[in-house]
This record gives sequence, C-alpha cells and structure tokens, in this order.
Amino acid sequence: MAKLTKKDVKHVADLSNLTLTDEEIAKFTPQLDKIIEFIATLSEVDTTNVEPTSQTTGLTNVLREDEIKVDNMLMPETDYYKVPSILHNRS
Amino acid sequence: MNNIPLTIKETQEGLKSKKFSAVELVDSYLAQIKKYNDEYNIFLTVTEEEAYEQAKSVNQLINNSENAFEQYPLLGVTTAHKDIFLTKGVRTTAGSKILESYIPQYSATAVRRIERAGGIMIGKLNCDAFAHGSSGENSDFGTTLNPWNKKYTSGGSSSGSGAALSANMSLITTGTDTCGSIRLPANYGYSVALKPTYGAVSRYGVIAMASSLDTVGPLGRCVDDIETVFNVIKGKDGLDGNVKNYENNSQKIKFKIGIPKEFFVGGLDKEIEKNIQEVIKTYKKEDVEFVEVSLPSTKYGISVYYIIQPAEVSSNLGRFDGIRYGNDRNSFGEEAKRRIMLGSYVLSAGYYDAYYEKAMKVRTIIKNEVDEVFTKVDALIAPVAPTPAFKIGEKASDPLAMYLTDIYAATANLSGIPSLAIPSGFSSKKLPLGFQLMGPRFSEHNLFELGRKYHQEIDYKPKVAF
Repeated sequence: MAKLTKKDVKHVADLSNLTLTDEEIAKFTPQLDKIIEFIATLSEVDTTNVEPTSQTTGLTNVLREDEIKVDNMLMPETDYYKVPSILHNRS
Repeated sequence: MNNIPLTIKETQEGLKSKKFSAVELVDSYLAQIKKYNDEYNIFLTVTEEEAYEQAKSVNQLINNSENAFEQYPLLGVTTAHKDIFLTKGVRTTAGSKILESYIPQYSATAVRRIERAGGIMIGKLNCDAFAHGSSGENSDFGTTLNPWNKKYTSGGSSSGSGAALSANMSLITTGTDTCGSIRLPANYGYSVALKPTYGAVSRYGVIAMASSLDTVGPLGRCVDDIETVFNVIKGKDGLDGNVKNYENNSQKIKFKIGIPKEFFVGGLDKEIEKNIQEVIKTYKKEDVEFVEVSLPSTKYGISVYYIIQPAEVSSNLGRFDGIRYGNDRNSFGEEAKRRIMLGSYVLSAGYYDAYYEKAMKVRTIIKNEVDEVFTKVDALIAPVAPTPAFKIGEKASDPLAMYLTDIYAATANLSGIPSLAIPSGFSSKKLPLGFQLMGPRFSEHNLFELGRKYHQEIDYKPKVAF
C-alpha cells in the first residue's frame, strides 16, 4: 500500500467539499495515513463468496399504505380534490 | 430536601408519600448543576423554565389522579438529553459549532415519548461533536470532566450523559451508541446503560452519525430504571423505517454465558480482567453456567467500523452546507473533517472495492460468527473498554489510539445486537469498573434479568461522586 501523500489529502478534501489550510493538510496527512494502514489489514481476510452486509434488520422495502383522506375531497361524486390555494388576488 | 433520590423507585415513592414535590426535586438538581457545571462542563443548555413548568404539572397529576404513576411510568423522572436529540424550541448543537445556534422545529421520538410518560426535561448534555469520539474531548464546547476524578475523561461520545449521572444532576439521561458511545461513558461513570438492538428504538429526530450502526438508549443507575425507560422509548413510531416491534416475555430459568476468548488477551487492563473474573464467580453462585467461546473475526471489528462509519459519516454530514441551516463547512472540528475525508477516501473511485465493499463483507463474517455463537449461549460477557477512564489529553493527539478504545464495543454495533453495560466496582485509583453483556437481537429482557441477578448478589447500591 503506497503512502498517502499531501496531494491525496487535498484530493479527498475537494471530494468532501472541505477547504483545508496548509497546516491542516500537513497535520492530517500522517494521521490519515496511519489510520488507512490500520484498516488495510482487512485485505488478509478471505471474503470469497461472502455477501456484503449493509444493515442488520433483515427488513426490506418498509412502506406505508397510501391513505385517501375523504376530508380533502371537494365533491366526492366528481373525483375532484381540494388542495390549499397557492394563488391569491393582489388587492 | 436533603438527599436527591438515586433511582426511579425512590423518586416516585418520595413523590407519592409527599416527602418532596416535583418542584423541590427540580430545585435540587438545578442547585447541583449551578454548583458544579462551570467546572465540569456537563450541560450545554439548562432548561430551567421548562423543567419548572413540567414539574408543576407533575405535582398536579399526582394530586388529582389516584393512579397517576400507573398511567405515567416516568412521572417525576428528571431527564437530560444528549445534545444530539432534537428538542422543539430548545437549542440543539450536536456538540458542534456548525449548529451552535440551531433551534429545532420538532422533538425526537425518544424525547417526546419520555415527556409523554411524565418525564421532566432539565437540559441538554455535552458530547463529542456529531458523536465522533470516545472521550468527550472532541466537543466544540470543551471537554466534560469526569466527576469521579476531574483529571480523567468521562468517556464519549455521550460524555455529558455519563457525567450528569455521576454528578447527580439528573435521574436519567439519554445517549446514542454507534460504537460504544452509550456504554463507555456509563462505564467511566459507574452507571448502568443499554445499547439496544439496532431497530428497537426510533432514531427520528436524532442527528445521524452512521445510519447502519446508530442506536438510541438510556443511561441510569440501576437495571430496573433502564428497563423502564427502554419500555417507554422502544417500538415503531412510523418515522424510522428500521424499527420493529418485538415482544418477548419468555422467562429463562437457567442461563449460559459465553466468554469470548479473543476479548481477554493482550491489551486488557489487569484490574478489569480480575474484576470480570470476580463477576463470573458471582454469577456461578447464582447457578449461571459459563463456557469459553471463540469469535475469531471480531479482531477485525475496529477496522471494519473505521471504514463503514466514516463512509456513512461523509454522506450524513454532506447535508451541512451552511445554506439551509447552521454555519458553513469551515466550522467542522478536526475530528469531523478527518472522518469525512476518510469516508470520501474509502468510497472514492479505485478504493471502493478494496475498503468499503471489503468492510461490508467482513461485517457479514463477524455477524455470522456472532449469530452462530448465540445458538450455543444466551449472552456474552466482555469488557466495555481496554482500560478504566483515561487521562484528559492522553490520546488526544493520536486519533488511532483513541479509535482503539472502542475495540470491545464494535461487535455489538456491527452485528446489531443489544448490550447492557453494568458497573461492578472501582479500580485502585478509585475509577469505576464495569462489564458488558451482549445478547441476540431483541433479547434485552434476558440482559435485564442477568444484570439484576448480578446486582442482587453483590447487594449493589447506586453511587454518585458528589
């Protein structure tokens, strides 16, 4: 694994919409490098045929039933709905 | 009022028998806050006026209704929230300068449910900014000192939530746990606390850190209190799609607890190890069986966590653009910047497969090992952290050393299982010691049972530092 350079840090800062000072870049580069070196130990784990886990609940597509609020209907027999007005007369 | 009661039971008995009123309770907590908060930096906001208003309605309810305490399980329970829970009309900072003047339009589900159950909110608690940290030192509003010894950290990220209990400034506090942030401050403060099953408690209105790991839970001084608050805040609210309702009242007669051998090698403080051996001995007297188990991949937990979490952080903190609310991105503290960049890095082109995808796969392996072990045992016993509370400044300049504080916490968050942190003594330096019990998803009732068993056997008494 190649060492993280100041240029890499500048690049990820740009991706992150962060503006860093030169002092910050100098400080963060060795810190991030050390962390990345640590997390890179995962490469030694064999993950062939392992599915990724993105959440632990097992729930999928949690949806709510659509409800029709009869109160909002202007005239039930016409299928028209009443919505709050957005255009007003200028007096 | 002479002594502030330390448990819900004592508090409610006192209120019922008119030994004191809810207003007097609030007086006492506020006096404690006024005396010590400047020095210990525990509360960021004290909601004195609201607390008195709520205390008055509590008094009225007690006077007017025969069965007020049955109707309102938290009647008269003074509560303080980690400042990452939105509270309608009360400033919520997440411990960050970005939100230093942010006033929410609505309250978090947990906050609302505690209030509806009769709780009295006394204020908002300091924490590591955006819950990034293990010591409270990353708060943009200064470090919270540990009431047991102010040279030491109170643990993070829910630093104020732990310290407010040991400083006797609130009866109950709330926290969030993404990788130990509830359990660690409880552990460093001699409190009981629950990191619930992922999806047991709604996170609606809680400022997000890492959404596949974030959980919301209570801190208090005895297992009964934690169970009472958990029962109030848990369950669907229709606003957090991850929440499931789950009832399990099955009574177990005999428990079997696993000792993961990987958690008791190298790096673990000798006093903690000895203390947990004592805990195991105590349990054996209660006819609890112990077996050694192996979770070989949990050693990769922190690496997996420090890929998945920053990735989710970089996305969740993307919304802080200074346009709709809050200050601009230059107001992020150092730790937030580090995590955002780390997240962008592991998600960026060319690195996604090697880091993010890889971490999600190793997460599967860890989760499978944990699920497998729970076919053999009812719970796992483990340390909360490798050492008792550490000194302020000790790890502040070395982010990686700070990250490794959470080495025993990661397993529960990555696999979505509950964990109960339980106090079990004091070190030779008079700092609190404790342990955690983890169980299968939605087995909180068993963890409470086991926690009570231990505390009954040792004749546990809640303690505060002053």
